[in-house]
Amino acid sequence: MGIVIAALLKVAIILAAPPLLLGVIARVKARIAGRVGPPLLQPYFDIAKLLRKDSVISPTTSWLFVAGPAIALVAALIAAALVPVGDGGALWAFDGDFIALAYVLGLARFFTVAAALDTGSSFEGMGAAREATFACLAEPAFVLGLLAVAHATGSVSLSAFLGPSLASVWTGAGASSVLVAGGLLVVLLAENSRIPVDDPTTHLELTMVHEVMVLDHGGPLLGVVLYGAAIKLFVFATLLVKLAVPIHGGALAWLAYLGGLAVAAIAIGVIESVTARLRMSHVPAFLLAATLLCGLAVVLQAR
Amino acid sequence: MIWCLAALGVLFASAIAALILRTHLYATLGALLAALLALPAAFAVLAGAHFADVVVPWGQPLGEIRLGLDPLSAFFAIPLLALGATCAAYGAAYLRSRCVPAALFNVLAGAMLLVLLARDGIVFLVAWELMTLASYGLVTFDHAQPEVRRAGWVYLVASHLGVACILSAFLLLGDSTLSFADFARHGTPVAATLAVIGFGVKAGVVPLHVWLPEAHAAAPSHVSALMSAVLIKLGIYGLLRTISFVPAFPWGPVLLALGSAGALVGIALAFYQRDIKRALAYSTVENAGIVLIGLGLGMWGAAHGRPAIAALGLAGGLLHVWNHAVVKCLLFLAAGGLVHGAGTRDLEQMGGLGARMPRLARMLVLGGVAIAALPPLGAFASEWLIYVGLLHGNTQPLLFVVAALATAGAMAALCFVRVIGIALLGHPRSRAAADAHEPGRGLVGPAVVLAALAIAMPFAAPLAVRAIAPVAAQLGADLDVAAVDEALAPALILSGAVWLGGILAFLAIRRVVRRRRAAETWGCGYTAPSPRMQYTAASFAEGLHRLLPRALRAKVEAAPPAELFPSPARLAVDRRDPFTRAAYEPLLDRLARRFSQLRWVQQGLLHIYILYVVIAVVLGLVIVTLRDGWAS
Repeated sequence: MGIVIAALLKVAIILAAPPLLLGVIARVKARIAGRVGPPLLQPYFDIAKLLRKDSVISPTTSWLFVAGPAIALVAALIAAALVPVGDGGALWAFDGDFIALAYVLGLARFFTVAAALDTGSSFEGMGAAREATFACLAEPAFVLGLLAVAHATGSVSLSAFLGPSLASVWTGAGASSVLVAGGLLVVLLAENSRIPVDDPTTHLELTMVHEVMVLDHGGPLLGVVLYGAAIKLFVFATLLVKLAVPIHGGALAWLAYLGGLAVAAIAIGVIESVTARLRMSHVPAFLLAATLLCGLAVVLQAR
Repeated sequence: MIWCLAALGVLFASAIAALILRTHLYATLGALLAALLALPAAFAVLAGAHFADVVVPWGQPLGEIRLGLDPLSAFFAIPLLALGATCAAYGAAYLRSRCVPAALFNVLAGAMLLVLLARDGIVFLVAWELMTLASYGLVTFDHAQPEVRRAGWVYLVASHLGVACILSAFLLLGDSTLSFADFARHGTPVAATLAVIGFGVKAGVVPLHVWLPEAHAAAPSHVSALMSAVLIKLGIYGLLRTISFVPAFPWGPVLLALGSAGALVGIALAFYQRDIKRALAYSTVENAGIVLIGLGLGMWGAAHGRPAIAALGLAGGLLHVWNHAVVKCLLFLAAGGLVHGAGTRDLEQMGGLGARMPRLARMLVLGGVAIAALPPLGAFASEWLIYVGLLHGNTQPLLFVVAALATAGAMAALCFVRVIGIALLGHPRSRAAADAHEPGRGLVGPAVVLAALAIAMPFAAPLAVRAIAPVAAQLGADLDVAAVDEALAPALILSGAVWLGGILAFLAIRRVVRRRRAAETWGCGYTAPSPRMQYTAASFAEGLHRLLPRALRAKVEAAPPAELFPSPARLAVDRRDPFTRAAYEPLLDRLARRFSQLRWVQQGLLHIYILYVVIAVVLGLVIVTLRDGWAS
């Protein structure tokens, strides 16, 4: 019975919590900028409003234009089922699940990029090219980072190596854990189009990555895109929190997890407030640095 | 076994019939009939049946002629026969009434079957050579174009350098006979290395892959499909045979290194190609690398006493052979339809074809998702097994192979979303693309069949694993089917979840957006957009292309306008294979110059040549006498 309740709780969190992260980030940024900021629940209002609107769709597009947001949302939900939310593992855990996570997110990217190219717009093509390019650089960092942790714990499932055995890694191989946490933070910022890689609030199409890809998605489609993006941010934030806060068992673990998510959102807000966006040509170096950090974390474990 | 011989006979006889009667019909029917005859036998062998070898009582110089069908042969014969028939049906529609290519196609299929059946070096080499010559004839089908003749020439030279290595390896392995049964006793590392080089040329192992993009781009699409799907795999078949001859060789590390290099370099060269078929050909190099990673992992696991890992590696690698064969065949056939419709292989001249040929476009999207090994299609299940095996290996070199494979996966996604996005989506980039139309049923039908296979493959993977078990046993690894099934289960559930969720979400969202208005794509305030403003194939790949190591990049020569007022500008991009450009061409040029200094040996006078013969004979006698004297 307890298991069922825990699982339902996790499903509820996966479905309900992600937009709140966006709200927290926006609020933190506004406060640092000296403004009051939108309500914490503003992303929910936005999504609800968008879902009620009519759609404006370009005659150039095909079925892929609708498939892009749909598959991105489904992939994000599947990814969320693979990460260990709260305490006691993920909804669905198996050997190699973090590779499956990377591939499911790859599928989402494939269709989002295809939907962007479907409009025939040069700006959306530009965003699509950048998204696909940066993904090629973020992928090795992400995989190597999680591999380093997997290697240290000797297990190959997210729920296992971000579970109880993680504490011993922090005491035994703390250095490489710090490196991995740094690398994963960079991957989080890049994959979720945050500053310094991408600016989600910019108003110049030329400087965007993710936002420019969905320029032509409006109304319900944009709502789905926003919700999917929120879930993706939630997935990466969960990975980072579970890695950084190795507390397991009981209410304390839940508290630490939820607190960790809040801290992660605040941290992203602070990073976005105090750093400038990188020049587009400098982003690869930033991502390669993350790959090097995570690669070093793997090498450090040679004993 | 008798059915295989019948299929062989049908293939060759129908080729001759097609030539004599000057109609392609007999050749096409022959290919279909051969598949019907031999496929049941091949499946029976994988299901556990044993057929006695056929020995032809015909003494050839180095032993008797022996033909056999063991699990390893049967495993490779199945894609050959099935895809051969599919491609032949497509070819009948593609080249209409041409009888010579249809006949050559059957000769190629027959030669490949003979390669698989051969149990001694002589028959193997003869069939191998016949296969090369038949495919050369098909590659140079459009021989009026100079670049096609060049591609054929590169293919011929590379193949023969490969054959030279295979022949040397066989001579080292064989003693008094060239029967495969005797090879195992003489396995040496030198012979294994030669075989790796020789078969590596056919398998597209980097850096021996240079013929592959040229030949695949030049050949008619159904020939490219068969070459990519089956002919390349025969190189892998040769490697596997060699493994059974020379078990004492560090196969694991060698294959893992070659595979990782092939996967990364192959896809790094694929994603910036302008020619759609060259992009597909380089992706074949990538996938051959992935197969080698799987096989290398299998050998590594077997050598280190880790049977579970060996099972995952071998199952993944071999399954990938089938998956890639189906998916790449699908992609080449669909690309052939595009090329047929748009009249060009140049991605920059396509665009908007999805709206003009919707059925073919769906097949290409499906193939693109499948070849990038994304769930829920084809190659995902096989790559998944390799991943799980590598993860369980859990040593640092293997972990870096995981990272290489993941990076190659992300780049493959970029490569194929680019092909789809630039060729099928957006506005047409040329008049020909705007006027394109869906090709006839003969060109779409085979692609539909293959697409259905690609959808079914992941769910049929458990069955395929059972078929692979005897092949693995032949390679000296006891395949634990239950362990592979356990590793495979999440991938299958994931594929099902993606299909179910994707279709439901798509239908639901399409319902929601039913209330819609049509308005032109947002041009960011610009009021006179033109199709030429779209992102091009080159600009899509530009970001990642600039990050490649210089040695893998295309050679760009740019002379931008420099002065105050606009002056003529020039941009030339050389997308030839960087290995050809930077290594082989200069090397061969230098060799040719050195050898030209030996021209004086050829005097063109008969008595001089007789003198050479006399000198050679005397020298030979002296050497033999000295050696015998030394021995006694």
